[in-house]
Amino acid sequence: MDHTSTLEQVIRGVLITCVLVFFLFPIFWIVLMSFQTNETILRIPPSIVFEPTLSNYSALITGRLESAAGNLDIAFMKNLWNSFFLSASSVLIALVLGIPAAYAFARFRFRLGEDIAFTLLSFRFAPPLLVLLPLSLYFKQLGLTNTYIGLIWVYQLICLPLILWIVRGYFEDISPDIEHAYRISGNSWLKTFWKIAVPLAKPGIAAAGLLAFIFAWNNFVFALILASADKQPVTVGALAFVTASGIQYGQIAAAIVLSIAPTLALALYAQRYLVEGLSLGAVKG
Amino acid sequence: MSSELVLQNVDKIYGAGTVHAVKDLSFTVKPGEITALLGSSGCGKTSTLRMIAGFETVTNGAIALDGRAIHELAPAQRGVAMAFETYSLYPPLTLAENISFALKAQKLPSADVDKRVKAMAEMLEIGDVLHKYPSSVSGGQQQRASLGRALVRKAGLYLLDEPMGQLEPQLRAVLRGRIKHYLREHHCTTILVTHDQTEANALADRIAVMEGGVLQQYATPAELKVRPANLFVGTFIGEPPMNVLPVRVKDNGQTIDFVLEGSDGQVLSYAAQDFPDAVRRRLKNDDGLVLGVRPHAVHIGKKGLMARVVTCQWLGDQTHIAAEIAGRTVVSVSHEQIKAAPGSSLFLRIAPQDLHIFAADSGAAIAHGAELA
Repeated sequence: MDHTSTLEQVIRGVLITCVLVFFLFPIFWIVLMSFQTNETILRIPPSIVFEPTLSNYSALITGRLESAAGNLDIAFMKNLWNSFFLSASSVLIALVLGIPAAYAFARFRFRLGEDIAFTLLSFRFAPPLLVLLPLSLYFKQLGLTNTYIGLIWVYQLICLPLILWIVRGYFEDISPDIEHAYRISGNSWLKTFWKIAVPLAKPGIAAAGLLAFIFAWNNFVFALILASADKQPVTVGALAFVTASGIQYGQIAAAIVLSIAPTLALALYAQRYLVEGLSLGAVKG
Repeated sequence: MSSELVLQNVDKIYGAGTVHAVKDLSFTVKPGEITALLGSSGCGKTSTLRMIAGFETVTNGAIALDGRAIHELAPAQRGVAMAFETYSLYPPLTLAENISFALKAQKLPSADVDKRVKAMAEMLEIGDVLHKYPSSVSGGQQQRASLGRALVRKAGLYLLDEPMGQLEPQLRAVLRGRIKHYLREHHCTTILVTHDQTEANALADRIAVMEGGVLQQYATPAELKVRPANLFVGTFIGEPPMNVLPVRVKDNGQTIDFVLEGSDGQVLSYAAQDFPDAVRRRLKNDDGLVLGVRPHAVHIGKKGLMARVVTCQWLGDQTHIAAEIAGRTVVSVSHEQIKAAPGSSLFLRIAPQDLHIFAADSGAAIAHGAELA
């Protein structure tokens, strides 16, 4: 990179700054908002200078919101737990179902195989509302509305295709002869799957799992329609601050900061896997 | 330890009957025998190997190892060892661990395992990289480790798929000798897949030549050269390849004349008594035939077939002359230094016992020299 001219470096720097400001400024602003009261947030013109307060966070954590209009009980911590529980169980189930399926799609040619794989992927193209309307009717009849099981089931629409397609690409990258070599030295098919195929696809599985977790965590509309307050995740829970007496911007900001913190930490921690998993597995093939 | 392998009428059809990769293949490998499957790409040799290993299903027919039908067993239950063309080492293990993997799984004492791995590595010249991972050694080293992983096991049958394709020529020559010695010493029944006839000649007791999914001939290296079963085997085996001349035969009782097709009456003429009656009876007048002649059997002389020199090259120990007759190129190899300018004419002489006579339509051998095929 020594041969780039000064001008090029300057332009590159400016462009990178633009991109960073574009993507990071909202996060920065939300963090600032979360330490302010509604009054300071809403003043015109807005200012970076303010007296920070922890009242938003304390309200969220204690579950009691005291405002001018009166007291409001909020279940934010419960929402946070719901988010975690729903996302983690969905990803876990999707991994259990998706990894063997991905292996099957990668290794075996069977009738309608490609069609089935594509149908699963097409869940990601369809607008969620398309499935939600009929689903909410069925769920009412089946008694699955407002249950964790129902939500985890619907979350498979998010997690399963993602895991299936990323992990499939990874399995396809592993030479089948490595598995053959293991099988011919006296090991069963199942043992080969566990001891050779899965360990070799581990980076892809990790990336797919993380990504599925983040996608599930950020989901909004499924839980909005299919669950009520006590089963809802944070994304929907933040709506509680839009009250009849006004919008609690400070609390919404604090709620958002708390809700993106886990996925942000996860993404930063697993950055390398994510980039590798997405560029190596899914794109190729 | 060594076993007899029998393939009986084996067919392999891929897809919905679209590709018939192996057709009605039958052959037997005797205990301790080394057989090479030789052929060009897509001839069905690798499909055959993978059917024996169990990675491809057998469409029709049966494969038996020591009298036990194995073609419907899982690969793990067949008792065969295999070295893969793609090496297929386990990436998270070092070369030593790769080689010892199967032995450790058999719960052999670790001192014994170490000894065998070390001996194997020494034979294959990879002792100094045993502690490295597959991704950090060269293709040739990976290939030798993969070969070692197969050979170190005790198995009834060893399958080697292009086991030395990635090695340098000198090392290849050395290893061929050592591997052959190892296979002999341990009395290993072995099938070797290769497209390199030098390798097949050097390693194998018998060679199965395949083309288009069909076994063309299964014989010793010498037999393949002296008595090729058909035109394909004749031209496939041997370097430089056999010269091919389409002719019509005229037997007038005194002489047998082979008139070159596409020439203005150029004739290879032999006395009738050069060919025994049995052969003459098969060579009916005006029959379309193909004559095959090995380059070293084409002699340059004072009379005979006139040909125009295309190239002439002295290689230090032999002269290669390519000459044109009736629109075809005939190659002559001679151990003397011969000078012939391109464009000049010379005469080619071919002894009757060096002629391989094939039927023009089927390509099947009719006679080799004076002997009926």
